[in-house]
Amino acid sequence: MNLDFSTEETAFRNEVRTFIEENYPKNVSADGLRDDLSPEDMVAWHKVLGEKGWSVPAWPAEYGGTDWTPTQRYIWSEENARINAIMPLPFGASMVGPVIYTFGNEAQKEQHLPGIRSGDVWWCQGYSEPGAGSDLASLKTTAVRDGDHYVINGQKTWTTLAQHADWGFFLCRTDPDAAKPQEGISFILVDMKSPGIEVRPIKLIDGGYEVNETWLTDVRVPVENLVGEENRGWTYAKFLLAHERSGIAGVARSKRAVEQLREIADKELLDGKPLMQDFDFARKVSQLDIDLAALEITELRTLAGEEAGRGPGPESSILKIKGTEIQQRLTELTLEAVGHYGTPYYRDLSDAGSNEYPIGPDYAQHAAASFFNMRKTSIYGGSNEIQRNIISKMILGL
Amino acid sequence: MDFNFTEEQTMVRDGLTRLVRESYDFETRRGVIESDSGWRPELWAQIAEMGLLGMPFSEEDGGFGGGAIDSLVVMEEFGRGLVVEPYVPTVVCAGGFFKHAGSAEQKEEHIGGIVDGSRVYAFAYAEPRGRYDLADLETTAKKDGDGYVLNGHKAVVIAAPWASHLIVTARTSGERRDHDGISVFVVDKNADGVVTRDYPTVDGRRASDVYFENVSVGADALIGEEGKALPLIELVVDEATAAQCAEACGAMKCAQEMTVEYSRQRKQFGTPIGKFQVLQHRMVDMFVEYEQSVSMAYLATLKLGESEVERKSAVSAAKVRIGQAAHHVGQEAIQIHGGMGMTDELAIGHYFKRLTIFDAEFGNVDHHMKRHIALASG
Repeated sequence: MNLDFSTEETAFRNEVRTFIEENYPKNVSADGLRDDLSPEDMVAWHKVLGEKGWSVPAWPAEYGGTDWTPTQRYIWSEENARINAIMPLPFGASMVGPVIYTFGNEAQKEQHLPGIRSGDVWWCQGYSEPGAGSDLASLKTTAVRDGDHYVINGQKTWTTLAQHADWGFFLCRTDPDAAKPQEGISFILVDMKSPGIEVRPIKLIDGGYEVNETWLTDVRVPVENLVGEENRGWTYAKFLLAHERSGIAGVARSKRAVEQLREIADKELLDGKPLMQDFDFARKVSQLDIDLAALEITELRTLAGEEAGRGPGPESSILKIKGTEIQQRLTELTLEAVGHYGTPYYRDLSDAGSNEYPIGPDYAQHAAASFFNMRKTSIYGGSNEIQRNIISKMILGL
Repeated sequence: MDFNFTEEQTMVRDGLTRLVRESYDFETRRGVIESDSGWRPELWAQIAEMGLLGMPFSEEDGGFGGGAIDSLVVMEEFGRGLVVEPYVPTVVCAGGFFKHAGSAEQKEEHIGGIVDGSRVYAFAYAEPRGRYDLADLETTAKKDGDGYVLNGHKAVVIAAPWASHLIVTARTSGERRDHDGISVFVVDKNADGVVTRDYPTVDGRRASDVYFENVSVGADALIGEEGKALPLIELVVDEATAAQCAEACGAMKCAQEMTVEYSRQRKQFGTPIGKFQVLQHRMVDMFVEYEQSVSMAYLATLKLGESEVERKSAVSAAKVRIGQAAHHVGQEAIQIHGGMGMTDELAIGHYFKRLTIFDAEFGNVDHHMKRHIALASG
């Protein structure tokens, strides 16, 4: 047992660090909120990585993956976190891509995988509905066979960044009479430019427009867009969720955020001394640090298990629960650290080209919005309560 | 990076699992801890025969060439069985001092006695007024000819009633809490002037308050350099803390599993209580706490050989996290067992008591949190 990286792994770290330094798009600031970025900025790094062949490292090599070991992938995510890189969006690269290469046919692989790798095609996820959140299997959107097409009707919600999407993957009910609700669902790829699709933005509590309602009215989709078998979509959806969870711990990014929190608390003053020297505050930061260390080793243990051919199984639910709790706690402490300047509503208050007095330090500007936004993490991807149900059933056997 | 145990370590673990299952079942343990002696010397001899007491020592020192990871393996299994026999005081603490700082003669005599099971050691470091500060010592050792004379009072010395020898920290110069002027001695428990008051502990072990009344020891009782022992004491205590963290993980695992099993059997409102989601989620949280604790026990153990700052930071992080988890898991286990959890006849209460007392050994959550903060701020 040891925590050392091998010589090859250290060489790999140096290689990717140099590549990131030399190739990360200089104009894409990674320090703000994601919805401050233009759609082009959001995929800029993805496109660079697509050309290099590093945009989908976890995929099998035959589909354009890198053949990196889990440890190398971990190093890769650490090195990107060092500069807060805007990584490829998950909807194509980590969600629908693996479903297509695992369950899709040759034509689907040929049509869709290249665009996902390159970042040229933007994907969104049509899962949740107003009446189907944690109870996803109760979804009501229907796809009815009509000759060579499915005709889709229904309403999806929380479709993240669908306003920019070229394609979407949708769960639709194809057999309303199935014995169990899970058995009548199909996984269908939909061109978002199809007639009958309307995407309406939802404003979130942080003031941003990140998610949407997606209305589908008599949307005609060719039957060849069905992935795998009809009525087997739930199996593919579960596969996808397990994939989504494995990267969700966000350890590298949180480590970087703890450093930033310490930097902020070194600048803020309490009783004329840096806030970081206040014992009460320091204790909260240390607790976070310690919880993060526990999560990191747990993730490394999971990776080691993967390298030995085990998992990622239901243990990945632990990573989701603890990872998101830590991300939320981090933004909460950051908001606490900035004090008064957490209060102003900075959105749309551009100082660029203005000669007005600035409002607060730069690091305070996203503190509240980030905290509000990160409340989503324990809700999405299978809420943390659903993760506990999974552990209870799959590990504890209750 | 590697989280696997070696084949040898796996064999040791399996052997211990068997030993605990076959000769350390709950009823047997209950009989032993309520007996006069409170432990089983014959089991200690058996453990020595299995080679477990020699594992963390180099072959040169008369051991089998292992290290801290071996102690982690042993202590996790000891934790599962609530084994009271003094592996940490004897092998990790006393063994640690001799291994790191003993003279050739001391190594031969003492490590030899540890490995073959003939000698049992207790570590007398805590004092009534010193809390968890290893340097806050009122016990003194005055130079007297070639040797020293010890005076003082050591608090709650675990395993002292069973020990043949004591490892004692004492001030050879300086003032209370000075970092300089601290030395470590090995003292025969039968030496004139060593007075002990023995008692049971709430978690089924035995301990003593030990008084040194003009106890004369020779020059060969000093371990390492006179007056410079604090870094050595900190190192050994960190090693002991890591081992104890592994023990807590083993105990937590059992408490968590027993609780899940109980919730399957126990019916209320016509259904096993394990079907209630409110309890399921609480048991999941116990499991998550356990998994995070295992990660921290590994981290602490694997960092023992690193720089002083890295080592202390990792050990303190582990002791904080596992201390919190031990309280959480222990208390939840009792709550979910309901009234039965309050009875002495069920094992779960005994796991709870061990997990509670774990926090106070070698520094509690607050103590290690302070050390962690101090190290982080440089």
